[in-house]
Amino acid sequence: MSARAAGVLAAFRHVDDASHAIRTLKEMGYRDFTVYTPVPNHEIAAAVGHRISPVRRWTLAGGLTGLSLGFLMTLWMSLDYPIVVGGKPIPSVIPYIVIAFELTILCGALATLTGLVVHIVRTRKTAAYDPRFTDDQIGVFVPCDTDRTGAVQELLQTSGAEEVRVEA
Amino acid sequence: MATSVQPDAPPAPHGHPTYHEVTRDIAATLGNPGRGYFVLMGFVLLVLGAGVFALLYQIRWGLGVAGYTPPVMWGVYITTFVFWVGIAHSGTLISAILYLFRSAWRTAVYRTAEAMTVFAVMTAGLFPLIHVGRLWYAYWLIPYPNQRGLWVNFKSPLVWDVFAVSTYFTVSTLFLILGLVPDVAAIRDKAVGWRKKLYRLTSLGWRGTDQQWRHYTKAYLYMAALATPLVLSVHSVVSWDFAMGIVPGWHATIFAPYFVAGAIYSGVAMVVTLIVPIRKVFRLERYVTAVHFENLAKLLLLTGSIVGYSYVTEYFIAWYSGNPFERASFWNRAFGNYWWATWTMLLCNGALPLLLWFKKVRRSIPALFVLSLFVNLGMWFERYVVIVTSLSHEYEPYAMGHYTASWVDLTILAGSFAWFFMWFLLFAKNFPTVSITEVKEIIPMPRRKGAHA
Repeated sequence: MSARAAGVLAAFRHVDDASHAIRTLKEMGYRDFTVYTPVPNHEIAAAVGHRISPVRRWTLAGGLTGLSLGFLMTLWMSLDYPIVVGGKPIPSVIPYIVIAFELTILCGALATLTGLVVHIVRTRKTAAYDPRFTDDQIGVFVPCDTDRTGAVQELLQTSGAEEVRVEA
Repeated sequence: MATSVQPDAPPAPHGHPTYHEVTRDIAATLGNPGRGYFVLMGFVLLVLGAGVFALLYQIRWGLGVAGYTPPVMWGVYITTFVFWVGIAHSGTLISAILYLFRSAWRTAVYRTAEAMTVFAVMTAGLFPLIHVGRLWYAYWLIPYPNQRGLWVNFKSPLVWDVFAVSTYFTVSTLFLILGLVPDVAAIRDKAVGWRKKLYRLTSLGWRGTDQQWRHYTKAYLYMAALATPLVLSVHSVVSWDFAMGIVPGWHATIFAPYFVAGAIYSGVAMVVTLIVPIRKVFRLERYVTAVHFENLAKLLLLTGSIVGYSYVTEYFIAWYSGNPFERASFWNRAFGNYWWATWTMLLCNGALPLLLWFKKVRRSIPALFVLSLFVNLGMWFERYVVIVTSLSHEYEPYAMGHYTASWVDLTILAGSFAWFFMWFLLFAKNFPTVSITEVKEIIPMPRRKGAHA
């Protein structure tokens, strides 16, 4: 495990307080804070202001890979051992659509989840946590040096945080 | 709070619970389930044991102990395979299609439906293996490099089925796990002892950070978007197992939509069958309300009407086509040796659901529960009728035959229900059967400055 990060951890009950605090933090130049919410929330997401998740590119790439894999596999295997079935042409594209379709979905889904894991791991930060954040509270953790904790603490408290604590 | 209730407002749980209450109430379902649970589990394991015995008996003595009689070489096993694949479908309908439609009422029932999907596919997947007899050669269905240089026949609908069902199993399992992660994290933060360790492991480090949600919500959306065409394709492919064959009663273009509607119909019925006791046992009346049952009932009415209409169309086309073999096949269905199966199917699937036109029936939980049992029964018989009566009555009178299920068939059928319920009971005890996160999502987050502008 990595070392615990030093900084200030605040717990909010109200979503408008939390999003206001996040906006103020951004105005003050803080960027690497972490926000915890029990459910995905548009207001918080808008305040944090991330760009759209790149997971969708994985879905597209995976889907296209599966599609081409499906056609290439069925066509190549038919030609590799040519045997006439039901008087149909040896490479019959129409029935192979079914296989290609299923592999599009399968590879698309597997790639989406791989992308999800990769991006979550890549954007992981060391931050303090409290079990209340999966229950009913919104958490904001601001990593900062000990000489700046006072200012951050005051900001979070005046924004309406229920509890603010300093993690050293 | 909003002063007027909009007609499309989500069916909020009774008494507007807070987020904390949602976590508490749903986490409480994971407590000690009481003696009834263990008695039920014991019974399920007993039936499963009988099914396993019948399977071992069949492996020892060969497929002859199943009731197959030429020309009926597809019987109870294929019927049950189609039945369980069908059951699986409504789970993905509720979790993926209704998700894309932003249908808020699904949140309280989708986890049960999705778990049901996974376990139903796990049950269905056993039947092709049991049916092939020498099930240790089942891997021949997969295209793998072998010494003879021979590949599988991709023009065969049976191979399409392998791809469709295994894709469906993989995707629906991953979808279930994906939905569970934030919930397991919420339970992890409440649990103590060895359970905390278990949930810490299975929550995969979920904390609900802004970055996690950012990627998660998108991944969930794309998974739903992929699962939606998948669910429609899987039962179409299953129906082509039949429709591609030139058997009277099978060779019809209506089969794909007819089977998909039937699948969703039977699946919704199974959701009702499962949700009614779960709601009672786990005291979830606050979250699963009459509104949810009414919406499920409407889905039943819609898909049931499509199924009923398909039955009528099948008979009409058999007559209108003027094809003597089609006509004879359908006459045989209704008035031949299997008339009892056909009339069970028509009564349970076509006639009884018409009661759902009455609001009183839609909102009565006991009535819906009984009705759902009839639909389950009727849908099993639908597949039996389609498969067995069609095969027993093809073209040449001297090649016709009669199939009767043997005790091995029926014991394995009973065992399949036990297998399904064993997984479901294990799931219900250890994981939340109602989604904590999604139920919270339809409750607005508390605000200091009154309602959202």
